[in-house]
Amino acid sequence: MKRYQNILLLIAVVALAALPLWTAKRAPSGPEGSQAAQFSGTDDKAKDLAQNISPAYKPWAKPLMTQQGGEIGSLLFALQAALGAGFIGYYFGVSTTRARMRRETDTETRC
Amino acid sequence: MHIMEGFLPVTHAVGWSLAAAPFVGYGLYTIKKSVRENPERRMLLGVAAAFTFVLSALKLPSVTGSSSHPTGTGLGAVLFGPTAMAPIGAVVLLFQAILLAHGGLTTLGANIFSMAIVGPFAAAAIFRLAKALKLPFGLSIFIAASLADLLTYITTSAQLALAFPDPIGGFFASFIKFSGVFAFTQIPLAIIEGLLTVVVMNSLLRYNARELQEMKITAAQPAEA
Repeated sequence: MKRYQNILLLIAVVALAALPLWTAKRAPSGPEGSQAAQFSGTDDKAKDLAQNISPAYKPWAKPLMTQQGGEIGSLLFALQAALGAGFIGYYFGVSTTRARMRRETDTETRC
Repeated sequence: MHIMEGFLPVTHAVGWSLAAAPFVGYGLYTIKKSVRENPERRMLLGVAAAFTFVLSALKLPSVTGSSSHPTGTGLGAVLFGPTAMAPIGAVVLLFQAILLAHGGLTTLGANIFSMAIVGPFAAAAIFRLAKALKLPFGLSIFIAASLADLLTYITTSAQLALAFPDPIGGFFASFIKFSGVFAFTQIPLAIIEGLLTVVVMNSLLRYNARELQEMKITAAQPAEA
C-alpha cells in the first residue's frame, strides 16, 4: 500500500482535475446563443464582481504588459511551470542516486 | 487569489504593502540564517520555491465551471517555517505581476499577505496541531496544505470585501459574495494541492529521510516498513 501510495495519489489528482471537464455546469449562454467563456478564471470573476458592487470605482493602475496576447501569456505560464518542475525533477534525480549510492557503500563496508 | 492591478484603493494598497513588508524582510533574514547554518539545505529550499512556482502556474478547472490555481506554499511552510515562504511567495507574485499581468504591483502587498503569509502560517500551525493530536504524518500534511490553500482564498475574499463593501449589506454581504466566487471553486483545487504536497513529502521521506529528521519534521526514527 505504502509503496503504491504516490501513484494512487497522482491518479486521484488527475481524476480530480479532469472530472470537471465533464461534470461542470455549462456557463450560461448569452444573447443570440453566444456561449460565455467556460472555465473563466476566478480572479477575473472577482474583478467583475468588484466592478458590479462599486460601478464608480476606477482602477488607478494598469498592468505593465497587457498587449502580449493570450499565446505569449500561456508561453510564460508554461515557462514558469517548466522551470519549477525541472528543478524538482533534478533534485529528486540527485536524491535517488545519492540514496542508492549510500546503500551500496553501506553493503560494501558491511561485507 | 490574485487581486488585479489597480483593484484596491490607494489606502488599502499601501496598507497591505506595509503589513506584508516586515514578514518579507524577516523571512529573508531567516532564510539567510538557515542557509548559513546548513548550506546543504539550499537545494531543498529551492524545491519549496519550485513547488510554489509550479502550482501557482497551474490553472485548473473546477466543478463550479470556473478555473483557479493552487498556491503550493504549504510544503515550504512545513519544511522551513512560515516566515521563509513570505519572500519566496513575493518573488513568484512579482514574476506574475510584471510578466503575466496576473495580479499587480499595486496589489502585490495584499497578494503577498494572502498567499505568502496567511497561507504558510496556517499550514505551519495546522501541521503542528495535527502532530500534537498524533494524526498520521501524511494526513497532517494533507490537511495543512489544503486548508492553507483554502484560507489564502478566503483572505483574498476578505481583502476585496474590505475594499468593496456592499452598499446595503456592507463588508459581510460583500465577503459572502466574494467567497462565493473563490471558495467553492477552490475546494477541489485545495484537495489537489494537499495530495500533491503529500506526494512530494512521501518522496522526500523516502530519499531524504536524514534531512527531514535533522529538520525535526519527522521523529528521529521513522517507522521503516
